[in-house]
Amino acid sequence: MSSRQNLISPKIDNWLIGFKDGADFIAMFFKEAFSRDFEFKEFINQCYRIGNSSLVLISLTGFVTGFVFTKQSRPSLETFGATSWLPSLVTIAVIRALAPLVTSLICAGKVGSSIGAELGSMKVTEQIDAMEVSAVNPVRFLVVTRVLASTVTIPLLSFYCALMALAGVFLNVTTNEETNFSAFVEQAFNNIIFLDLWTAIIKAVAYGFTIGIVGCYKGYNASNGTLGVGKAANASVVMSMFLIFIEEVFIVQVTNWFR
Amino acid sequence: MNKVIEIEHLYKSFGDRDILVDANIDVYQGENLVVLGRSGTGKSVLIKIIAGLLMADKGNVKVLNQSLINISKKELNALRLKIGFSFQNSALYDSMTVQENLEFPLVRNIKNMSRKEIDKAVHDVLESVGLLQAIHQMPSELSGGQKKRIGIARTLIMNPEIMLYDEPTAGLDPITCIEINELINEVKEKYHTSSIIITHDLTCAKEVGDRVAVLFDGSFKFQGTFEEVFKDKDPRIKSFYDYNFIEN
Repeated sequence: MSSRQNLISPKIDNWLIGFKDGADFIAMFFKEAFSRDFEFKEFINQCYRIGNSSLVLISLTGFVTGFVFTKQSRPSLETFGATSWLPSLVTIAVIRALAPLVTSLICAGKVGSSIGAELGSMKVTEQIDAMEVSAVNPVRFLVVTRVLASTVTIPLLSFYCALMALAGVFLNVTTNEETNFSAFVEQAFNNIIFLDLWTAIIKAVAYGFTIGIVGCYKGYNASNGTLGVGKAANASVVMSMFLIFIEEVFIVQVTNWFR
Repeated sequence: MNKVIEIEHLYKSFGDRDILVDANIDVYQGENLVVLGRSGTGKSVLIKIIAGLLMADKGNVKVLNQSLINISKKELNALRLKIGFSFQNSALYDSMTVQENLEFPLVRNIKNMSRKEIDKAVHDVLESVGLLQAIHQMPSELSGGQKKRIGIARTLIMNPEIMLYDEPTAGLDPITCIEINELINEVKEKYHTSSIIITHDLTCAKEVGDRVAVLFDGSFKFQGTFEEVFKDKDPRIKSFYDYNFIEN
């Protein structure tokens, strides 16, 4: 007979155990990610699934964000006669913050829930156990490929989202002012520095990793049948979004020291 | 006869609930051992410990003369290649076709196999379970009985020495149950396997078991041939028999 004694309180104990489990899971990911026998085919398959499933939504959201952001900013700038600053202002906002954040929030919902539900379903139907008993490492096949795929694909989607947002900005600017494409590009990127691009890349990589690892962790530890699968999918989205906002604040603080 | 599985003083509990309490049993080469017991008596836990999916709290488990206590991951994986595990719900990979399901353990464990050799292995094993026509189907397109057969085929492709069947006839109609029982016997003959069959279906136990062991309260209380075990006047055995053959 064995029973666990609470160290502090049941809630804090559970939180600490969850934290340790999460840290162990991340350590296991890194251990397997650098081992031999990388599942390249499955990695490409996951990249395609993540990219393909989010492309339409990101195109639409990116374009609308750029268009609406420009439209909403115009009246304030018109008051000061500074509408010529619009392309530069919105481009800074898009590249520094909006593109990585919008992309990752969409992917947290679409990709994170899908990974959580898929792995959760595999867990409760013993498919993960089946891999283990056939001497195949399920972490290498399922977790490493998905986490790396989201870490690689989400920055690419983020870049694409920025392009779509700038297309929205360009449409709004050209319908209201006489300008051409090359003048717009010159104005838009006038105040963009390398640090902005690096910040955007770091953010997108961090968000991609977060979405992948949280989805895999929640799915891999699902229990209690179909109810557990639903909970895993839901928890993947909620926790990914929560962590993304924390990372956003942290990365902005750190990168601002270098400005 | 050689022992292929030795279970000595095995204990396993989940929280405050004791599942296996001083369980002892051996499996001999070439025999089908049926483990009977009511739901929740630890039958599946027992074979999951043998397959290394769960750790025992106390006691020793030896598989093919190798103890599972303090076994390294590498040694465990090498041992797993000699063990086939047929899951209760088949556990086929949903996102893969039957062919991909069968290839999955093969290509990852045996390196440098040519496409031709892989196709031949898949073809042969599907022929053994009589489902060659299902090769390009997805698991969702198969019936319960077909899924069980493909699940068994996926383990057979590695030529295991030991087969562990978890409730092979659960949820199947009586005709399909008979077919699965026949398949278990065919596997034993063709692949020369030693098997543990977990079930609470006495028809299955009678058809496939060389020996029957009954789990009660976490340990094996009765062992012997089907006839020997069910000759016992113990009320627990009698109620088990009556439930299967009279009430059903």
